[in-house]
Amino acid sequence: MAILLFCKRNVLWISSCSAGILEASFRFCGGPDRIGMTFLLTMTPTIPNPLALIAELTHRCPLHCVYCSNPLELQSRTNELSTEVWSRVFKEAAEAGVLQANFTGGEPLARLDIVDLVRAARSAGLYINLITSGLPLDETKLAALVEAGLDHIQLSFQGAREETANEISGTKSHAQKLRVLEWLRRHRVAVTLNFVIHRRNIDQLEEMLALTESSCATRIEFANVQYYGWAFANRENLLPTRTQLNHSVELLKREQERLRGKIRIEFVVPDYYAKYPKPCMGGWGRKLMLITPSGDALPCHAAQVIPGLSFQNVKDRSLREIWEQSAAFQKFRGEDWMQQPCKTCDRREQDFGGCRCQALLLAGDAAATDPVCSLAPLRPKVDGILAAINTAPSAQNFVQPSWLYRPNPA
Amino acid sequence: MPPELNSRPHLAPGCRLGESNQQRMLLMPVRALRLNGPSLEIVERCDGHHTVQQIILDLQKIYSKAGPQKVEQDILGYLALLQKERALDFEL
Repeated sequence: MAILLFCKRNVLWISSCSAGILEASFRFCGGPDRIGMTFLLTMTPTIPNPLALIAELTHRCPLHCVYCSNPLELQSRTNELSTEVWSRVFKEAAEAGVLQANFTGGEPLARLDIVDLVRAARSAGLYINLITSGLPLDETKLAALVEAGLDHIQLSFQGAREETANEISGTKSHAQKLRVLEWLRRHRVAVTLNFVIHRRNIDQLEEMLALTESSCATRIEFANVQYYGWAFANRENLLPTRTQLNHSVELLKREQERLRGKIRIEFVVPDYYAKYPKPCMGGWGRKLMLITPSGDALPCHAAQVIPGLSFQNVKDRSLREIWEQSAAFQKFRGEDWMQQPCKTCDRREQDFGGCRCQALLLAGDAAATDPVCSLAPLRPKVDGILAAINTAPSAQNFVQPSWLYRPNPA
Repeated sequence: MPPELNSRPHLAPGCRLGESNQQRMLLMPVRALRLNGPSLEIVERCDGHHTVQQIILDLQKIYSKAGPQKVEQDILGYLALLQKERALDFEL
């Protein structure tokens, strides 16, 4: 008789996309997020608990990344939630079953109360991931964050080379990140290096791995850009070619094996190249809840692009009430909204029809099958985009494109 | 590669025990693992003091109705999985 068998049902994947390159996987760019292959709550008849709270503490950011996952319309500082409201939100989240908070932005360290926010979330009982550029950090602040209960820091890198990194972030940022990596050795906190991958840096994966191996990080995320917002606007210059992508997948399979037990490699492919769509956010209103800097509760990062959805604000209602009752969270929960081919598809409990925001952006209908799905009526449109990318002279990468940079809000 | 019997596993930075709705959890960077019965007994002993061998002996006592070989095999498999997740470090 066996006393225990590791059961996949017991693994809770709590971010918006999953990784592990041996399984097809995706993630939403800009966030820390991952969608697991195993959906714990798939068969639950009632509304499942949210598992993670994505706290977009601010849209202010010293970087101007050309694929930023923030909306095109950024919130100004004057609209940001107070320390007190965030602290209440963390308590309500823990009571509603949330396990982890992802502090993100913008740059979460732009909040002067960041240490208090970490302390409040930790005392509410949450596990705290901080996704940061590292730019506003000094060693004293790092020590204070760890002391306040920070569990995990995800340091974003825009490339392995200073030149690329500065081009993509629209600012001189790379050298400071290397300094932060040195400080991190002296603190007890989990460290992940986050690389957002695209055509201009996908050929630097080996250098990125070398940088990670020389650091104290135990995880590395290679997340290809997903195309919404700023990334959608810059798509033509960001999508890698098929040759680049295939090469990167082969390389990372080998590296994942070599580094097993030392560094965990997560990899997310650009879903335009996938056969099936990503189970975006682990399914709409099933696992994750995003709070904008001004307190609107969204089922996903890009939900504001969907016309006709209105969002409730944490200043007016409790988190649980919004999760269970708000029209926005109900809209694409479950299967009633699905069209063919999703409605009768065997994969509908795996990928939930893909991403609603992508359906809107590419098909003009948020309830359509995600057009990146090979079964979607509009897949030829995605194939057309890929064909253009793979034959364009600009794909040769010799000259710097003219980027649309994300500005800093007031 | 199974962990060495005389090594002492402990939770890696950013990995800790937590609880939600009376359910014990191992919280890790961007994921969590539910712990019940034997898995909790194992993780609670990953404290940098118990060796892998001691954890096996302890659980063989607690679960004396299970075959000792099978208990050992399951524990080594579970520790290897946690290592792959980067939830454990092993001190020799």
